[in-house]
Amino acid sequence: MSNNTNDIDNAVTVSNVYKNYGDVEALRDLSLDFPRGQLTSLLGPSGCGKTTLLKIIAGLLPADSGEITVNSQPVTGPGPDRAFVFQDFALLPWATVMRNVAFGLELRGVNQSEREAIAEKYIGDVGLKGFENSYPHELSGGMRQRVGLARALSVDAQVLLMDEPFSAVDEQTRRKFQEDLLNLVKNENKTFIFVTHSIEEAVYVSDQVAILLPRPSRVSEIIRPEGFRHKDATSIRRDSEYLDIVDRIWASLRTYVE
Amino acid sequence: MKIFGYQLPAMSSLILWGILWELVGQFELTFFLPPLSAIFSTLMEIGTTKVFLKALAETGYAFFVGTFFAIVIGIPVGILMGKSRLIDELLLPWVNMFLSAPLTALVPVLMVLFGFGMKSIIITTALFAIWIIVLNSRAGVMQINRSLIEMANSFGASPKDAFFKIYFWAALPEILGGVRIGFIRAVKGVIIGQLLISIVGFGALFELYSANFLMKHFWAVLIVLFSISFTIAEFLAHLERKVAYYAARR
Repeated sequence: MSNNTNDIDNAVTVSNVYKNYGDVEALRDLSLDFPRGQLTSLLGPSGCGKTTLLKIIAGLLPADSGEITVNSQPVTGPGPDRAFVFQDFALLPWATVMRNVAFGLELRGVNQSEREAIAEKYIGDVGLKGFENSYPHELSGGMRQRVGLARALSVDAQVLLMDEPFSAVDEQTRRKFQEDLLNLVKNENKTFIFVTHSIEEAVYVSDQVAILLPRPSRVSEIIRPEGFRHKDATSIRRDSEYLDIVDRIWASLRTYVE
Repeated sequence: MKIFGYQLPAMSSLILWGILWELVGQFELTFFLPPLSAIFSTLMEIGTTKVFLKALAETGYAFFVGTFFAIVIGIPVGILMGKSRLIDELLLPWVNMFLSAPLTALVPVLMVLFGFGMKSIIITTALFAIWIIVLNSRAGVMQINRSLIEMANSFGASPKDAFFKIYFWAALPEILGGVRIGFIRAVKGVIIGQLLISIVGFGALFELYSANFLMKHFWAVLIVLFSISFTIAEFLAHLERKVAYYAARR
């Protein structure tokens, strides 16, 4: 474990960001770097502003002050360098899996045959081959989130923003998702920013865990679980460093949980 | 519906009322209600006459042009009201006022503004239909899942794309409901227009037949009108059922 990130190339940087909702101070002077090609979790109790931070990075919400850069370019709004995976999937209920997965490309003006070829590849990659013509309501929650993931992957953004993507799927599906996510980080060479409220999930999938504390939100600690990253997906959950980090994070968060 | 274990055919109640009507008519209880069979034979007689076909054409023209404008103006206005707080605040009081206003009382004003011809009838028809279409489209947009809009934004949707690919489709179940009710109101609007503005079309026939106590003729025209609006309403209800699969899951 180390907190030294100076020698690392950062895909996304957040510097001195403030955000208020009326009188409520959501983020105060928050700074955080996201190393390229790694997965960083934003972990914290509810109301700590982790989703707010993610949406500011996505360009969906403006920050009151401070600067966000993606590939050294300041963020002024949504851009093709980032793709978002939504907690509630945000699928078009009137469109097939194929159209949903290709929808990001459709909005970017890619012609139909080209975007469907790309979508087809990612539908296969997320394990939904054969469901191209199904509608979202015909799929389980887990399969729907696979559609959301395929849509985000198909636009080939360098940064993937995931807002509690597994919280609306059942526990077993969630474990499978977590294992798949490890492979995705390894193979896709993208930068992942992952919001979660599950300590185990954060430690399991992350190269870097940023612990956010609430009211107003700030980064209290950055933990880099490095000792077990090379292990295979199934043995991480029994690794002693994994268990120690989970315990340590819980010890620092428990006072903030009502 | 099932009675004593028998599956009743669709629209059984219409058959029941039809039989009752026929009986009341056959016993000649009131001149107001001639037998249904006599009404249908009258319908066959007048249905092919030039006068009737001309009236049908005039009424149909005013009806479809009026509802066309009600739809192409009403749906975008409703969607914009649902999207934009500012536009909503500006227009909502007017929409609510006209929805409950006695539009019939406004018809003389329309005649002053737009003359005694087809134009005023079309505008009357459109005014009867448009407000409920606006309100329903607005309601449809207001219940859109916020994350669909964020999703479109995050992938860089243009305002035009967001309008046609998200807002319109997400609000479609409500829009179709509004259009269905709007069509039914437009049937009233077109007849009121034809009665009050210039005596043409079905309005003229109603006027002629009721003034001369030709009840068979009166009912025959009314049945034609009912059949047309019933068919349109059923067609739109059918479209609504087609989008019902996602109406509950937005």
